[in-house]
Amino acid sequence: MIQSDLNIILPEIVIAIYAMLALLGAVYTGKDKMAGMLVWLTAALFVAMAAWIGSTGSGENAAFGGMFIDDAFSRFAKIMILLAAAAILLMSQEYMARLGSLRFEYPVLIALGAVGMMTMVSAGDLMTLYMGLELQSLTLYILASMRRDNVKSNEAGLKYFVLGALASGILLYGASLTYGYAGTTQFSGIIASAEGQAPLGLLFGMVLVMIGLAFKVSAVPFHMWTPDVYEGAPTPVTAYFATAPKVAAMALLARTLYDAYGGVVGDWQQILAVLSVLSIFLGSIAAIGQRDIKRMMAYSTIAHMGFALMGLAGGGAFGVQAMLIYMAIYVAMDIGAFTFILTMQRDGQPVTDIRSLNNFSNSHPARGLAMLILMFSLAGVPPFLGFFGKIYVLRAAYVGGLTWLAVLGVIASVIGAYYYLRIVYLMYFGEEGETLDPPRSPVLWSILMASAAVMVIGVINLFGIEGIAQAAAATLIK
Amino acid sequence: MDNVLSITTFLPLIAAAILAIFLRGEDEAAQRNAKWVALVATTVTFLVSLFILFDFDPSNTDFQFVEEHQWLLGLKYKMGVDGISVLFVLLTTFIMPLTIAASWGIKTRVKEYMIAFLLLETLMLGVFMALDLVLFYLFFEGQLIPMFLIIGIWGGKERIYAAFKFFLYTFLGSVLMLVAMMAMFTDAGTTDIPTLLTHEFAYEDFSVLGVHILGGAQTLLFLAFFASFAVKLPMWPVHTWLPDAHVQAPTAGSVVLASILLKMGGYGFLRFSLPMFPVAADILAPMMLWLGAIAIVYTSLVALAQTNWKKLIAYSSVAHMGYVTMGTFSATQQGVDGAIFQMMSHGFISGALFMIIGVVYDRIHTLDIDAYGGLVNRMPSYALIFMFFTMANVGLPGTSGFVGEFLTLVGAFQVNTWVALFATSGVILSAAYALWLYRRIVFGDLIKESLKSITGLTGRERAIFAPLVAMTLLLGVYPSLVTDIIGPSTEALISNYDTALAEAQTGAANQTADISH
Repeated sequence: MIQSDLNIILPEIVIAIYAMLALLGAVYTGKDKMAGMLVWLTAALFVAMAAWIGSTGSGENAAFGGMFIDDAFSRFAKIMILLAAAAILLMSQEYMARLGSLRFEYPVLIALGAVGMMTMVSAGDLMTLYMGLELQSLTLYILASMRRDNVKSNEAGLKYFVLGALASGILLYGASLTYGYAGTTQFSGIIASAEGQAPLGLLFGMVLVMIGLAFKVSAVPFHMWTPDVYEGAPTPVTAYFATAPKVAAMALLARTLYDAYGGVVGDWQQILAVLSVLSIFLGSIAAIGQRDIKRMMAYSTIAHMGFALMGLAGGGAFGVQAMLIYMAIYVAMDIGAFTFILTMQRDGQPVTDIRSLNNFSNSHPARGLAMLILMFSLAGVPPFLGFFGKIYVLRAAYVGGLTWLAVLGVIASVIGAYYYLRIVYLMYFGEEGETLDPPRSPVLWSILMASAAVMVIGVINLFGIEGIAQAAAATLIK
Repeated sequence: MDNVLSITTFLPLIAAAILAIFLRGEDEAAQRNAKWVALVATTVTFLVSLFILFDFDPSNTDFQFVEEHQWLLGLKYKMGVDGISVLFVLLTTFIMPLTIAASWGIKTRVKEYMIAFLLLETLMLGVFMALDLVLFYLFFEGQLIPMFLIIGIWGGKERIYAAFKFFLYTFLGSVLMLVAMMAMFTDAGTTDIPTLLTHEFAYEDFSVLGVHILGGAQTLLFLAFFASFAVKLPMWPVHTWLPDAHVQAPTAGSVVLASILLKMGGYGFLRFSLPMFPVAADILAPMMLWLGAIAIVYTSLVALAQTNWKKLIAYSSVAHMGYVTMGTFSATQQGVDGAIFQMMSHGFISGALFMIIGVVYDRIHTLDIDAYGGLVNRMPSYALIFMFFTMANVGLPGTSGFVGEFLTLVGAFQVNTWVALFATSGVILSAAYALWLYRRIVFGDLIKESLKSITGLTGRERAIFAPLVAMTLLLGVYPSLVTDIIGPSTEALISNYDTALAEAQTGAANQTADISH
């Protein structure tokens, strides 16, 4: 019995043990001198685990009496998380080393965070949910303040911690209400208790749980922390915040809503729709005034989370599929965009002011073109991949009867197009002036080009993830 | 040649990729190579597209040369042409080599410039061939990107304002169409355009938030598509982006904008609005006719007041597109034929007029009409060509401009005499502004210092104008060249439209009868 349970959570166990061994090994040997090697090792492990999960995982398995669920949905999310985290690790090494903050704890923390995220997306119980969420959050708090000598980085970590703790508290309160009215913390039990007329307390609990998770995906009005933390955290950590944890939180939200609160779809659908439209509008409008590209990307993330929520709000298997595809495309775009931000430096110092991009494409045509593709893709302009993400969620919203949401969403996306275009305008139409340094790292260059190429080539068949996402969504909707 | 359409569409893209990957450097030789690659690629594309014209069977009103492949989300990669679209394809491939030749004088970022134009050609051709809603949208919106760059990088002083205005204006128009497409996808279960043409969208009236909507879902879909095409065409009062874009765009950009991009709006009306939402089109036809007529008169008056040469021609374009709206929504054979003819003819004439501006702009770098005068003394052949296209723009019989205007007015006259009467006064106004412009630029004494040493047309410039003059004359004296090809298809379009309307009326009558029983 226990052995089959352990078999199911084997990938998590492997990564957890690896993280501890790495921690011990680094402490007793070279400490920070090991960091470079550990980064590569961790990234390789992530890719191997993603391949393992992708190739061997099959069917629907529940471990520990249904507390931990391994199905196509969780596998899809896990592969996305692991690959995103691996890409982030590769992106960070050179940058962190240059700033002198490449510590051996960095890859270890990311590995532990990955375990937390994998637990989140496999949660079958409110306990598992909370455990995974907290493991992930704790590593994120530390990562945000990774640059100990930098005030902004410390501020980001502290701010994130205080607000994150508040959100966790609200989530816990919701979980206890749910437990009180359903009599169980297991999702299958909660959904059974909500059959027919759901007790009001359960709905209250659900709303509070949703608030806690909305904080994690930085949906408006629970987004306040995002711009400050994005700006303050070291850029690779910001890139990490924008990708893997967002996927995990979004998948967890879908899992909780369908598995635990699937009996009251109509009730949470309207909440999601409101969260979605607020996020899209705030993300699109607030980014216009930003001068710092990391803050701009923070608002861009908020808007994109709004679109992903739009897919989820649409409901049904197609809605979940649309959300998964949107997230996959979003992660690929954001990795590219943040890689570009990592390459932005002048006289060896990183810069984040968007005006420094002035006349960029003249001196760096290839990087300029890649960023142009990514920006248009983020804005959702065809023929790039970002447009297809929009199509999926718009269709999901329309099919779900939320035409007003789809119309408002596209109008906001026009407003949002302005700030993406402004980057293009600075790079391409700017006047002569001093430009940024040429790229140093071939790794960053390759990731940037690969991400831009994905935006173009993916149009042919989305690399086949459409069918996989469909199967994943189907397991969630019973 | 099973996939001649795909070959035509993607040839320029391949050339652009070759330029992007293999051409290095910014020196003289690299620039020359970029220009030649682009010119050869567009010329070959034109030659390949001739196969489409020769193998096209006008009597067959179905889509021809159809290619079909499965794509994501149940969408299809489906291409095909019928009588309505085939000439637009030819117009595009015909104009593109000329625009490349007209931009021979470009000095900055030549490689990127040529890549942008080649990409633009692929996307424009795709618009006219796509037989899948989303594929159409992809091409339709995709061309915003190269055009944004063309205006923004190689444009005039106010280019950044113009580029943003162009992009955001047209983007806002189009996203509503995207939502409407999702609605059609859900309603009909497919995005296949030939299937959608036969699908009947609901037209029962309903109320939204207390507003009674005549024509129901069809009206809403029509308006969503209208938002996109009206901006693109452009129709009064959403035309204000066009003068800005034209004035700031480089010559070749203006030519493409006027000759081809504007036609996408008119093509959209003919491909989607009229046949797919006949009930809504019928309800809204009076509005569309009047908007067309107002555009003709109003923008002609505005053109009279312009001091900027390019702006004047831009307003004249809006006026000429007014005829297209009017002809299309008269929903008569003459009107629709005239609308397509007018678009073809305007493609040649306005393209030529912008090149005429470009010729002297290259020499003295100003668009101010007052800076010119007496050009005939130094540039006689230029004055002759300018005269010819001025006359064609006015709609002189014997040039293609006359046929299009006449047919659309005949179409409009059958439906609404007042609209036709009102619009005809625009013909007089267009003569006024065009001839006055001509007098100010060409006649008079050559007193401006800057013009005293201006040189006449070069061989390259003559070679660019020759085919345009030939086409304008040919279509003017032998319009059946066009109407024979489009005739059967437009006839089928009109008869389907009338049948759908008749069915809708009997359906409504039955409903009323049911209620009274």
